[in-house]
Amino acid sequence: MHGTHVIDPVTRIEGHAKITLRLDEQGTVDDARFHVTEFRGFEDFCRGRPVTEMPALTARTCGICPVSHLLASAKAGDAILAVAIPPAAERLRRLANLGQIVQSHALSFFHLSAPDLLLGMDAAPASRNLFGLAASEPEVARRGIRLRQFGQEIIEAVSGRRIHGSGIVAGGVAQPLSEETRAALRGWVGEARTAAADTLDLFVGLLDGFAREVDSFGRFPSLYLAHCGADGTWEHYGGGLRVMDEDGNVVADGMDPADYRSFLGEWGNEDSYLKSPYWKALASDDDPMPGIYRVGPLARLNVCDAMGTPEADAALAAYRERAGRVASSSFYYHYARLIEVLGCVEQIDGLLADDAITDPHVRADAGINRSRGVGASEAPRGTLFHDYEVDAHGVITGVNMLIATGQNNLAMNRTVLQIAREFVTGPEIPDGVLNRIEAGIRAFDPCLSCSTHALGQMPFFVRVVGPDGSPLAEVRRD
Amino acid sequence: MANRRARPNGLNVTIDGVEMSAVEGESVLDVARRAGAAIPTLCYLDGLSVHGGCRVCLVEVDGEHAPRLACSTPVTDEMEVRTATEAITEHRRIVVELLFAEGNHICAVCVSNGSCELQDLASEVGMDHVRFPYQYPDRAADASHPKYVFDPQRCILCTRCVRACAEIEGAHVWDVAARGADSYLVTELNLPWGEAPSCTWCGKCVTVCPTGALAFKGRAIGEMEHDTDLVGFLARARTEGEWEGRS
Repeated sequence: MHGTHVIDPVTRIEGHAKITLRLDEQGTVDDARFHVTEFRGFEDFCRGRPVTEMPALTARTCGICPVSHLLASAKAGDAILAVAIPPAAERLRRLANLGQIVQSHALSFFHLSAPDLLLGMDAAPASRNLFGLAASEPEVARRGIRLRQFGQEIIEAVSGRRIHGSGIVAGGVAQPLSEETRAALRGWVGEARTAAADTLDLFVGLLDGFAREVDSFGRFPSLYLAHCGADGTWEHYGGGLRVMDEDGNVVADGMDPADYRSFLGEWGNEDSYLKSPYWKALASDDDPMPGIYRVGPLARLNVCDAMGTPEADAALAAYRERAGRVASSSFYYHYARLIEVLGCVEQIDGLLADDAITDPHVRADAGINRSRGVGASEAPRGTLFHDYEVDAHGVITGVNMLIATGQNNLAMNRTVLQIAREFVTGPEIPDGVLNRIEAGIRAFDPCLSCSTHALGQMPFFVRVVGPDGSPLAEVRRD
Repeated sequence: MANRRARPNGLNVTIDGVEMSAVEGESVLDVARRAGAAIPTLCYLDGLSVHGGCRVCLVEVDGEHAPRLACSTPVTDEMEVRTATEAITEHRRIVVELLFAEGNHICAVCVSNGSCELQDLASEVGMDHVRFPYQYPDRAADASHPKYVFDPQRCILCTRCVRACAEIEGAHVWDVAARGADSYLVTELNLPWGEAPSCTWCGKCVTVCPTGALAFKGRAIGEMEHDTDLVGFLARARTEGEWEGRS
């Protein structure tokens, strides 16, 4: 029985998308496509704005990870001003990004994915959500909400607001951290560390029950790209870019993100607003798939040699014992995410313990000294690039943004295909199978609002089409 | 009669039922403020000449068919003024909505967010949405000046900058070009601001701007602070010799 399944909307991810499954004459899945169906156009309407406005303007791309855009944008601004920001400013930016990663990962795990993982992929959809989780696992839900609050209070302390702050600016940050705020944040660390460790233990205890998902949720060879310290330590803000292959070979290391155009191509496809960056050395616009690479928690843990903090390093060792030196299943994004939360809390503890964090000198001032600037950092979902061109007066004349979710686009498409081939047999899609397809996407924690610079929540739509393209079945979930 | 203060050759004026004494040449706004009536203003600024362009200081005058502008209407003897009727409140809200619809006022990403008289006024008149179609004008920012940025998308043509520059600084760099809905601000006969030879870089235009149209260069979102009392202080200092009172 040939045909096409369309899953539209995809639920519990950030943004709007649909999935098309194409069946062959025998009724088995021949192809699968993940389409992002929304568009906002930041790269266009930012032109004409002063570069100093860009951090807070581009932060509006997303309500989940505005700090990531603030950072990449401010770093692009630093490059245009040609300044080295004060040490306290870098500490505060790092603090904000760590808080961002904690709160975003907590959202991904507890609010979006834990219902699948704790209640089961086949649990009733009506209760397979945060409210169902709160009813059956109230302590877990509470822990998730508190961890998220911890991250958001850090963000507020640095950027001025929990969502869409503006305190990270070209040249540094707008305000120093007060001793009072520092003390208040330190008061959170113990609880956050315990919550992170307990959640990791909880997840590891569940893993054996998801062997089939580990095997089929985007388990394939690819490259991995992330920031990495010069000594190989896990990075989220500075350092260079490292690329590793599925065998653990370092393909490239210490690359300057500002040179991204020399090693990354961007492929646009007519059936999605989401562009697909690829590793240029292995592919071209004619066929980007050989250049497939993954970014985000999975990639960051794959490329680094160590996390750089004791508890996270112990967790990394246990992770590699299970998943191998290079984890290739996208299901392990969840695992990597929780190790990162633990490492972030440890790093936050270290930053807040250092008196230098409250140094009042937090901003460098300069005029327009360069006509182009690229800023990059690790957003929770992966490497984020902002690339600006300005005129002599600092007015934006060109913008290119490479978003983490876009860089995972090829991998998400392959993941959907792999899951569909594993679980879909014919035009009928049982709810549990539908949910597994969504969960495969969800493992990447995609943010389509960011990746198409688009706005909205994330309904899910799956369509099944036959070999001739005729629609056979549709499943919609708003 | 309690609030009436006898003045020689004075005028008797009633503001919202409060009887006031006034002198010839005073505006309704002058007397209303003495009476404690809160009439909003945008283009009006102490120390500058009266422009009467923004229309937010509308009041009702007994016997007049249409609302009058408090800033530019001189009081007359036995005038009765109402400053906060339901109709006036609605008129003011419409005026503010039209100002928002005419430009590109995106508070969330504005350098003056939190320090903007237009934003404050929108809140004051209860503007929770705009009932008129946004015009989305395509106006390019002028960042050519070394110290300041002019963003006409946020300009409401109040002409405070024009008057501060001409009347207080004496440079007259700013002016209004074209007419009606096509009007726009220019510097130095439409040269880029950074090439305007008359500009003294004093910044008075920037500090009196009620919105984010004029801002100090390098300021990020919400970092602009205005000092709108400056020109009033300078005007009084020059005419009355009052050099005290500002820190």
